[in-house]
Amino acid sequence: MNTVYGLTAIVAVCIVTLAVGAFGLRLSRTTSDFYVAGRTVTPYRNASAIGGEYLSAASFLGIAGLVYSSGFDMLWFPVGYTVGYVVLLVLVAAPLRRSGAYTLPDFAEARLESSRIRLLSSVLVVAIGWLYLLPQLQGAGLALRVVTGAPSWVGSLVVVVVVIANVAAGGMRSITLVQAMQYWLKLTAIAIPAFVLLGVWLGDGAPAPQLADGAGVHWAEPLSGFGGQDHPVYVTYSTMLALALGTMGLPHVLVRFYTNPDGRAARRTTLTVVALLGVFYLFPPVYGVLGRVYLPELPEGVRSDSIVLALPAAVVPGTLGELLSAVLAGGAFAAFLSTASGLTMSVAGVLDQDLLRGRLNRLTGEDSTVVQGFRLATVLAMLVPYAATHLVEPIGLATTVGLAFAVAGSTFCPLLVLGSWWRGLSTVGAAAGLLSGGFLAAGAVLITMLAGPIDGWPGALLGQPAAWTIPIAFSVAVIVSLATPGYIPLHTSRTMVRLHTPEDLQLARAPGHR
Amino acid sequence: MTPGRSADAQDRPSRPVRVRVTSSRRDAATRRDLRPLTRDIDEQTDLGELYMSGLMSAQLRLALRVLAFGAVGLGGLPLLFLLVPETRALEIGNVPFPWLVLGVLVYPVALLVARYYVKQSERIEREFSQVVGRR
Repeated sequence: MNTVYGLTAIVAVCIVTLAVGAFGLRLSRTTSDFYVAGRTVTPYRNASAIGGEYLSAASFLGIAGLVYSSGFDMLWFPVGYTVGYVVLLVLVAAPLRRSGAYTLPDFAEARLESSRIRLLSSVLVVAIGWLYLLPQLQGAGLALRVVTGAPSWVGSLVVVVVVIANVAAGGMRSITLVQAMQYWLKLTAIAIPAFVLLGVWLGDGAPAPQLADGAGVHWAEPLSGFGGQDHPVYVTYSTMLALALGTMGLPHVLVRFYTNPDGRAARRTTLTVVALLGVFYLFPPVYGVLGRVYLPELPEGVRSDSIVLALPAAVVPGTLGELLSAVLAGGAFAAFLSTASGLTMSVAGVLDQDLLRGRLNRLTGEDSTVVQGFRLATVLAMLVPYAATHLVEPIGLATTVGLAFAVAGSTFCPLLVLGSWWRGLSTVGAAAGLLSGGFLAAGAVLITMLAGPIDGWPGALLGQPAAWTIPIAFSVAVIVSLATPGYIPLHTSRTMVRLHTPEDLQLARAPGHR
Repeated sequence: MTPGRSADAQDRPSRPVRVRVTSSRRDAATRRDLRPLTRDIDEQTDLGELYMSGLMSAQLRLALRVLAFGAVGLGGLPLLFLLVPETRALEIGNVPFPWLVLGVLVYPVALLVARYYVKQSERIEREFSQVVGRR
């Protein structure tokens, strides 16, 4: 790959991101501006921003890599990422917006009227956020290495620096603008090269995909082994469940809903998101399939996760191929930057509000401003996952992201769904659900990440735990709640009025916390 | 009702024009007007709670209907591939059937389902607002 073109594209994306962020900075004045963009964002721009934030390294590079290496079964990933938003739409979109809270812990506290639940949610938000940031930074390192040959830590560091500069400086308003732009940047960057490559492929007489020696014969067929794993049917269902139910529990997804003006707008925004994601996800599998046609053997030093970047040079050698690769590298960097920004924004918000502010005030004698605390939290939110990239061996971008979904689905999904629809949820039951789901899913994730591949049923069950951890978390929350009716929050009925009635009615809604 | 008016009505019971009186009473305060349903909800009376649980169960039924459709449609696919192996390699006009469904068709269907949901839930809310907010 031509280093100059690739580097130019990456630098351009970073500079545009910083410039649009700086433009937003001039508008960002108050604390409310900082967190939720002053609630003046239209559904269409908000949907673009959600799409821009959501399409991560896993979507831009990971899906193509998985389809390339493991074939058809990997199409469930983009389908699951999209279906997750349909599930979110029908179960929690409007109630979440109507709760009037800024962050997940805010919702937990407003609904359950308990500061302990708030703290527990804060810890989980930070944990899920860090787990999801890890593959973004790994992906950036990978992409920069393919483009320039620089060691992996350089690419990760670039993302860390740009994101900290952007988030700490402008907060959510600038991020909303940046994210909305990033969606269209990413769609263009993945669609144009895909059309060119498809054109060349058709011109070549549409040759069939080839399989390297040892690859599964049934690469193109369903249930062929799900990446060489045992029990493909279980893994398929468990992955679907994790992605469909995990989306609503991702910290950076929820924060976006608070920037809608009302519950109805929250629904319409989500509808647009489903459309935007559907259009984008048509393209990544194209790279996986064409990779099988033109690059049946991976070149030296190329991992399957970077097949998107390596493919154009193999299909159209010369300047055109190099230019297309550069466009894709720029798009991939946009993906790392936008997802990492959104995650950092929500992790930093929670770190700042719930874990740092009290200590900071004591330390400085109440001398620090709110914005200073937030900036400090931003740096912390990025440095921890950056340190982790040096310690953890990459296990595949989409796999790590899938694990983050499993943890989110096993903890926040029961809290949000039961919290929105069931009056019988007690404080103790909610805490028990969060703890049991969190421990089981996080335990399975840790074993998978540290122990490497495991064979047979244990490997399948631990590698994609959602199919058993999510039902367990739901059951524990329900059973414990039924056993502790005395701990049902006092104002549950009033909160339900707030969550479900349309805003045009003049009602006494329970006051939002904060 | 003032005694004067009722006396008036008794004086001339045979004149049907007096029906107009009911028309002028239309803007007189009735009990319902004094107590819109929003107040029942605010005060959490039995009636208010009844309307709230009506709204919530209508919305939840709609959500579960959409989820059931998705679970059968998408969840049925692996089962179909497992139970009817011929479908795994089935081709429709040179394109393998599984790739066509999961790579392309899923997305417009998801969008249509989401649009159906948004319209229906807005309708439920509109009806709720009309009933509860009526003056």
